[in-house]
Amino acid sequence: MSTDVLTQELQQGFDCVYEKPDTLTDTRFHYCPGCGHGVAHRILMETIQELGIAEQTVGVAPVGCSVFAYHYMNIDMQEAAHGRACAVATGVKRVLPDRYVFTYQGDGDLAAIGTAETIHAVNRGENILIVFINNAIYGMTGGQMAPTTLAKMVTSTTPYGRETDWIGFPLKMTDLVAHLPGAYYVTRQAVHTPNAVRKAKKAIRNAFEYQKLNKGTCFVEIVSNCPSGWKMNPSDSNKWLEENMLPFYPLGDLKVPEKA
Amino acid sequence: MFHTDEIILAGFGGQGVLSMGQVLSYAAIIDAKETTWMPSYGPEMRGGTANCIVIISDRRISSPIITRFDSGIILNQPSLEKFESAIKKDGFLFYEESTIITPPAREDLTVLKIPAIKEAELMKKKQVANMIMLGAFLEIKPVVSMDSVLKALKKVLPERHHHLIPLNEQAILRGRELAAQQIQMTV
Amino acid sequence: MQEQISKEREIRLMKGNEALAEAAIRAGMHAYFGYPITPQSEILEYLTEQMPKRNFKVLQAESEVASINMIYGAAGAGARVMTTSSSPGISLMQEGLSYIASAELPCVVANVVRGGPGLGTIQPSQGDYFQAVKGGGHGDYRLIVLAPNSVQEMADFVFDGFRLAEKYRNPVMILTDGALGQMMEKVALPPEGSLEHVVPEWATVGKPKTREPNIITSLFIEPEKMQAVNIHLQKKYKTIEENEIRYEEYHTEDAEIILTAFGLSSRLCQKAVDLAREAGIKVGLLRPITLFPFPYQRISELAHDAKAFLTVEMNAGQMVEDVRLAVNGKKPVFFTGKMGGIIPSPEEILAKVEEMAANINNLTEVER
Repeated sequence: MSTDVLTQELQQGFDCVYEKPDTLTDTRFHYCPGCGHGVAHRILMETIQELGIAEQTVGVAPVGCSVFAYHYMNIDMQEAAHGRACAVATGVKRVLPDRYVFTYQGDGDLAAIGTAETIHAVNRGENILIVFINNAIYGMTGGQMAPTTLAKMVTSTTPYGRETDWIGFPLKMTDLVAHLPGAYYVTRQAVHTPNAVRKAKKAIRNAFEYQKLNKGTCFVEIVSNCPSGWKMNPSDSNKWLEENMLPFYPLGDLKVPEKA
Repeated sequence: MFHTDEIILAGFGGQGVLSMGQVLSYAAIIDAKETTWMPSYGPEMRGGTANCIVIISDRRISSPIITRFDSGIILNQPSLEKFESAIKKDGFLFYEESTIITPPAREDLTVLKIPAIKEAELMKKKQVANMIMLGAFLEIKPVVSMDSVLKALKKVLPERHHHLIPLNEQAILRGRELAAQQIQMTV
Repeated sequence: MQEQISKEREIRLMKGNEALAEAAIRAGMHAYFGYPITPQSEILEYLTEQMPKRNFKVLQAESEVASINMIYGAAGAGARVMTTSSSPGISLMQEGLSYIASAELPCVVANVVRGGPGLGTIQPSQGDYFQAVKGGGHGDYRLIVLAPNSVQEMADFVFDGFRLAEKYRNPVMILTDGALGQMMEKVALPPEGSLEHVVPEWATVGKPKTREPNIITSLFIEPEKMQAVNIHLQKKYKTIEENEIRYEEYHTEDAEIILTAFGLSSRLCQKAVDLAREAGIKVGLLRPITLFPFPYQRISELAHDAKAFLTVEMNAGQMVEDVRLAVNGKKPVFFTGKMGGIIPSPEEILAKVEEMAANINNLTEVER
C-alpha cells in the first residue's frame, strides 16, 4: 500500500492535488460527469506508471464508450473491432510474449459480441489482463440493454424493464470465466467509493504482477455506473449501483492463485 | 517432339490409389521431368472412390485437369465404368482382376488384368496390391525410370513405414513380371 | 518462369497448400493464426507439425473472426503474419480485413476458394473474385490480389505477398482454389531467411519515452479526417496500380480471339489454346496475375487487333466485367464458365473457341 499514490497524497495533506501520471495524456476525458471510466482509466495507468512498465505495455481498446481510450492512455495501443479485443490482444501477446498486454472492454463488447473471443482467450490462458467495465448498459449508443442489464432494469430497448422470460437473463461473465482452467486470477471490483478504488487498483496491480509469471489470464471486472444511460445524477447512480448492481454482482475475488 | 503421358488411377479409398500416383509423380521429378498430380478430394476419399490424374511431360504442363487419358490403372468396378471410355484410342488399361466383375469391352485398348490382390496376399501384405499394379504399368509403360521409382518410395512413404520399402520394391518387381508374362501370352 | 529457378532452391513434390505453408516459413513468417476448413486445412496441419522444429508461431483460433483479428493484433505489433481459409471462412473475415486495410496493416491472407454461395461445396471454384477484388468488407478499400496458377506460384506468391504487403502497408490476398491447394506439382523452394524483415517504426511494441505513442486504429470520427484517410488510401491504391500490375501472355501476338482467365482457369485455357492452334485457329491467352491491380490497359491494347474476347472462369462471370471495362465496347466479349465446384475442361473451352472462330467476322455480344 505504501506505493499507492492515493494514500501517499492523503498523507501529504489536504491541499495536495492529484498528480497526473505520465502514462495519461493531457487530453481531457470525454466521459460523462461521474462516470466510472475516468477512474478506471486513471488507476490502470497509475499502476502501469508505478510498476515502471509503460515502455513494455501494449493496450487494446474496445468499441463502446472507451473506444477512444488510446487518446488518454499515453502508451502504444491498438483499437480493436467491436468484441475482438481479446483476439487482437492474443495476436500481440503471441508475437511479443515479453510485453504486458491488456484489453479494456465494456459489457457489450466483452459479454455480447465478443463472448467467444473472451471465453477462448481465457480458456487458452492467454497471458494478458482483461479489464471488464460492467455498467449494465450500452452507453455509447444511447442506453440500450446490455447482456449484463439487470432483470426489470429499464433501458432504451427494454422500456418496460428487462423481462427475462423473453429476453434472457443478465450474464455473469466473470463467474463464467472463473471456471476456466486458463484463468489465473479473476476478481470483481468497483470504483464508486475511495475504498473500492483502492481495492480495484490493488487488483490491477496484482494482475500485472501475475502477468510476469506466464500462468494464465487475469480478469478484472469493474462494476461501474452509467449516470447518463441510467438517467440519474452521479451520486444517485452510485447509490443505485450499491443497492442493485452489487447484490447481483458481488465484489471480491472469484479465483486467486494457489499459494505455492 | 515433346512427350507427355496422361494417366488416370482410380479405385476405392484405402487401396493406395493416391499414393501410387504420388510415387509416379515423385519419380518424374527425380527424372527431371515436369509432373502434376491432381486428386479427387473430399468425403469420397473416406471409404468411397478415389482417383488421381498424373501427367508426366518433358515440358511445362498446361492443364492439370484433363478428360482423356493415355492409360488407366483401375482398381474397382465403378472406376472402370467411369473411365473406360475416357482412355484415348489405342491406349492402355490395367485393371485389378478380382475387383472387376464386368471386364472392359473396348477392343482398341491394350488391356492387362493383374491379379494384384491375390499376389499381395501371397506376399502376406494386402496393402502392396497398389504397388503390384504400378509395377505392371511400368513394365508396359516405362514413363519413369525404375531407379527413380525406388527413390520415390522413400519420399512418398511416411518414415514410420520405411521398413516396408523392401516389400514395396518386391511388389513392384512382381507386378512387372506379371505384366511381362501376360504381354508375352497375348503377343 | 520455371527456367529462372536458381540452383539454391530445393526441389520437392508438394500439394499447393503445403507449398504455400512451407514458403511462408521460409519467407520468415513470425506467426500464423487460422481455423480448419476444407479444402485448406493442410496449411494449418503442416504449420502445426513444423512449429516445434522451426522459428515461428501457430495458433488455431476459435473462429475465422478471431484469427483475422489475431492477425490484426500481431501485424500491428510489427510481426510478419499470415492466415488462410476457404470461402465461408473468408466471408467471416471481411470485417477484420476492412479494419486491417483501414489501419494499413501488412499481412497475407490466402483464400483457397470452394464453390458457393452459402456452405456450398468443397470443390474448387473462382466464385470469390468480386469479394476479393471489389472489396468484400465495408468501405472504400482494396486488397492487393495475387492469383497463382501453379504449385510453384502458391509458394512464390507468399514471398511476393509479404513483400508487397510490407511495401504498401496493405493486406495481400492470395486468391487460389481447392484444386490448386490439393494438387501436387514440382516446386522449387527459395531458401529460408531470404526475405528481410524490419520491425516497422509504427508498430505497437511498447512506447519508449522518446516518442509519441503508436496507435493502430481505423477510427477517424471527424468526417474531414476520415476523408483525408480515404484520400491517402486511394492515392496508395493508385501507386499500386501504376507499379504492380502483373500478367502473362500466351500466343497473343497474332491472336484473333483472346482468352482471358486467371488462376486454374488459365491453365485450362492454355491447353485450349494449344488444341485450337493445332486446329489452325489464331487464339491467345491473357492471364492476369494481379487481379487488383488489374491489367486494364493491356487488355485495352489487345482489343485493337483482336476480333473477340472470351473470358473463362469457374463462376457465373465475375472477372469478365473487368475485361468488358477494359475492352470498353471495342470488341465483343464472351463468357464461358462452370459454377458450384465444376471445372470446365479444355475441350469445352475449345468448343466455344471453335464456335466463335467459325463466325469470327460477325460476332455480336448477345449475352447480358
